[in-house]
Amino acid sequence: MSRFGTLPRRLVHLVILMFGITLVTFFLLRLIPGDPALAILGSSYTHDRAVAIDSTLGLNKPIWSQYALFMGRLLHGNLGFSFFYGESATTVIGQHIAPTVFLIIYSAVLAAVISFPIGFVSGLRRGGVVDQSSRVFFTLSFAMPGFWLGIILILIFSVHVHAFPLSGFGRGFAGHVYYLFLPALTIALGFSTVLVRSLRAATIGTLQAEFIDTARMKGIRWSRVLWRHVFRNAILAVVAVYGVNLAYLISGTVLVENVFSLPGLGTLLVSSVSSRDYPVVQGVTLLFAVLIVAINLVTDITQAALDPRVGQEIGT
Amino acid sequence: MSAIWAASPSELLMRAATKAAGRRRSFARRRLVLIAGLAMLVIAIAAVLLAPVLLSQSPTTIDVLHPLSSPLTAGHLLGTDQFGRDILARILYGGRIDLAIAFGATSVTLVSGTIIGLVAGYFGGKVDSLLMRIVDLFFAFPFLVLIIAIIAMLGPSIFNVFVAIWITSWVAYARIMRAQTVVAKKQQYVLAARALGYGRLRVMFRHILPNTASAVIIFSMVDAIGNIILAASLGFLGLGAQPPTPEWGTMISDGQNYILTSWWLATLPGLAVVFVGVAFSLIGDGLADVLRAGDR
Repeated sequence: MSRFGTLPRRLVHLVILMFGITLVTFFLLRLIPGDPALAILGSSYTHDRAVAIDSTLGLNKPIWSQYALFMGRLLHGNLGFSFFYGESATTVIGQHIAPTVFLIIYSAVLAAVISFPIGFVSGLRRGGVVDQSSRVFFTLSFAMPGFWLGIILILIFSVHVHAFPLSGFGRGFAGHVYYLFLPALTIALGFSTVLVRSLRAATIGTLQAEFIDTARMKGIRWSRVLWRHVFRNAILAVVAVYGVNLAYLISGTVLVENVFSLPGLGTLLVSSVSSRDYPVVQGVTLLFAVLIVAINLVTDITQAALDPRVGQEIGT
Repeated sequence: MSAIWAASPSELLMRAATKAAGRRRSFARRRLVLIAGLAMLVIAIAAVLLAPVLLSQSPTTIDVLHPLSSPLTAGHLLGTDQFGRDILARILYGGRIDLAIAFGATSVTLVSGTIIGLVAGYFGGKVDSLLMRIVDLFFAFPFLVLIIAIIAMLGPSIFNVFVAIWITSWVAYARIMRAQTVVAKKQQYVLAARALGYGRLRVMFRHILPNTASAVIIFSMVDAIGNIILAASLGFLGLGAQPPTPEWGTMISDGQNYILTSWWLATLPGLAVVFVGVAFSLIGDGLADVLRAGDR
């Protein structure tokens, strides 16, 4: 079997999945109780406008041709018209992508910085000080709403110690790094729970492997065994955890953006709910789902590249 | 698939908890964790239900003379909010919504997801692959985003929070239960039951379910934590409970506006979430120890 094993079959699944995602997003609009045109227009409802909306959304056509219309537009990058912003939904969403992407990457990096040493040491010294205290802390943080943790961090680092700003996105790369530190830390602390646990488990597992005994018998220095054999193998497992939990990172971003009033997709999503800007809600939902599927694929390929054993496992 | 690769945070935690348990803890200590968790949950439920008996204040009464008074002032143990409403009363009354969502949403999805997973795993074939493709589809969306999108369409309200969770949350149970069923199906007790000519329903619900239910039950405790955080999160975003109804998330959201001067508004309701979350987490750990004790 080739190194990438069943990846082609997986790609077929992916196409089916993408099709399903568009179907779900399409049917979201059908959940609106009553007349969608009335819901979209609200107080500015007139008969003529309602007819206009019905024809742009295709509500006067049978459902399958409505879906065909939706798909046709989607393939042209047209997500519909945002009645609230008076622009195409694609443009509106495009304007809000940068802070979200920055925040997701920032918090993923920060989570690695926090959890890799803690997880590794916890695994090496089970029941030690680091293991016990990180266990208590992360059990608590698992029961903590992310947005609340964000507010606590604001209270400590912005209100009492004036170290970081209350909200905002900042200017330039350095500005973003500074302004987004607390938001990214909030998400990273939540995410670290999972990373620490899995790295700890992977480290314990790797330590019991026979190749570690072999390495020691060959007389390799213990520190070198730890770094070259244990850590590098244990970290492989964590790569997968990143991909699988991207959804978690995104959910965290949606909340944290709202806490720190960042101009990202999360705040856009929530404000579009209250302004009944359905095409934007639909578009953001679709975008996030496609992002997750894409990143999962990238994770799988990365893993297959890093670890030949995985190639055979994917898709089974 | 190996254990680590395809696990959500909650599943991973569950596994870690299950594995770590028992090895080092004595039986008495295992029981103690479960009892402590149950005790905390009973305290929370009792406090929330008995709020009218425990307190003289109502959660919506406005004390014009004492807005934003700090905790431990006379008459207001945990202080008041910007309208002079008693924080303790609002936390207790507000907890009714959050706990109702934790129980109401979790129990329904536990049952529906378990049945779907059982059917998919037992029958296999086309039913199985169709149901599992649907499960994959739900997992493709970020959970919170999908919930928000559904609420966006249905309109923000507490009832629609339930509906959104009912629509989406069964998938995790279905996936866990299916995996359990596929394994159990080939075991001798199931083969024996089938050899005796028992009907499919009887084999599924009388033989497989009792022997495999521990995994979903333990997971439901983790899910309950997720749902209580979700309820508060949606309240915080203004998509759940609507003012003036007290709810933990909306209280935190209101309190954030006064963060510079009055820290207690936003922090105290969050502690209530953490309290209930830790209770569920201890129950989950304890149940994992007690239920899995026979497996090893």
